[in-house]
Amino acid sequence: MQEKSNIVRVTNVTKTFKLGKIDVEALKGVNLEISKGNYISIMGPSGSGKSTLFNMIGGLDKPSSGKVYIDEVDIAQLDAYELAWLRCRKIGYIFQTFNIIQVMTALENVTLPMVFAGMNNDAAVDKGMQLLELVGLGDRYSHKPFELSGGQQQRVAIARALANDPAIILADEPTGNLDLTTGEECIALLKRLSQERGVTVISATHDFKMLNVSDQVVWIRDGRVDKIENREELSISIGQIGSRE
Amino acid sequence: MSNGSVLPDTASGSGQVHRQVVLPFFKALEISLKSIRVRFFRSLITTMSLVLAVSFLSFVNVSNDVANGMLATGDPDLRAALIRSGYDLEPGQNSVDSSAKQRWIVILSLLVCIVGIVNAQLMAVTERFREIGTMKCLGALDRFVLRLFFLEAGIQGFVGACAGALFGAIFSLSNAWLRFGTVAITSTSPAHLLISAAIATGVGVLLSLLGVFYPALVAARMQPVEAMRVEQ
Repeated sequence: MQEKSNIVRVTNVTKTFKLGKIDVEALKGVNLEISKGNYISIMGPSGSGKSTLFNMIGGLDKPSSGKVYIDEVDIAQLDAYELAWLRCRKIGYIFQTFNIIQVMTALENVTLPMVFAGMNNDAAVDKGMQLLELVGLGDRYSHKPFELSGGQQQRVAIARALANDPAIILADEPTGNLDLTTGEECIALLKRLSQERGVTVISATHDFKMLNVSDQVVWIRDGRVDKIENREELSISIGQIGSRE
Repeated sequence: MSNGSVLPDTASGSGQVHRQVVLPFFKALEISLKSIRVRFFRSLITTMSLVLAVSFLSFVNVSNDVANGMLATGDPDLRAALIRSGYDLEPGQNSVDSSAKQRWIVILSLLVCIVGIVNAQLMAVTERFREIGTMKCLGALDRFVLRLFFLEAGIQGFVGACAGALFGAIFSLSNAWLRFGTVAITSTSPAHLLISAAIATGVGVLLSLLGVFYPALVAARMQPVEAMRVEQ
């Protein structure tokens, strides 16, 4: 029926919001296929429907019409328990505002999804430490979020997103609150993880630094997919991208 | 959107998605305790109105226990002292109970307290929208959030109510001691004292849980996408 390598498939998705008495069409029929293991950037001006599409892919929102398949499962068919399971096991989220849970240490933040997944405590702690080492924070496991810099918090968030070996990592403006260098470090880390672990990284972004590492860039404009550029085409038109900036 | 009390027998039509997500009680307790510790000052304020209301309840009940203990001695001087201090004792009446007015004031103070708790907890929910949204993105179910809020309120309620019951009892006993002398303390039945304190503690815990009910529901229904919100 469909290609096996597609981790996310979006067909004819529309989404309408009610703002007072006016219906606002945020998405006007989007079709998109994302292959496994790719690094995808969703680009688009604010108000283009980028965030709406992104939330749909993340199973955080349901379409008004059309279908969203994550790992060939139609998310509209899932109930609250299955959606929670999907969020816990299949998808790792990274936020612009880091969203490290303030009352917990770095290690506790990383192990929380594993607790939800039913892993026993010792195994979760072992794996949490491994993940923190992977993102270069092995020695800061007992630190509280306010003792970590923005870049470090985002790395904790990346480790947390990887906790249950998800198929997809969804990153919403992951570099939006970071300075140039730390942003670049985070992007490099995400790229490395996607290559090493075969995780599909999907990020919504304004950040042109992201384009260099993306396998595919999806441009959203006015509720539709404007164009999809592959890596090869990107490097050719890199001057153009620069001029757009 | 299907959320909350969805029965776990809805067919999904897919074999790949499972439904088991867990939060062991011990872990929930640990998170709640941490949450209280980190937000200690806020917890203290939330609990303060409870402490005051419960100590008032405890004060009223223990004062009645003291009066009953004094009446039970059968000493006419003590009886006269009680009447002088404001107890309406009919001739031949050998026990006092809280008057309608007293009960009314106690109920009012408990109501005010519950409103205070609801208010404080609603603010806590607003403050913690990102934390709740993030937990939901990590796979937390509505009832995990409910459980965390109820546990926190239960712990706060228990500690606050114990403190309140103790303050009320101590205040009432020292008041009686100053007014009537040592005999007031020695004639009071310890069993009745304990029962009064236990009732006050129980009422306090119940109030705390009642007060958090609506805020916890608001928190549990919060959509995970809230975690993505950038503005405060």
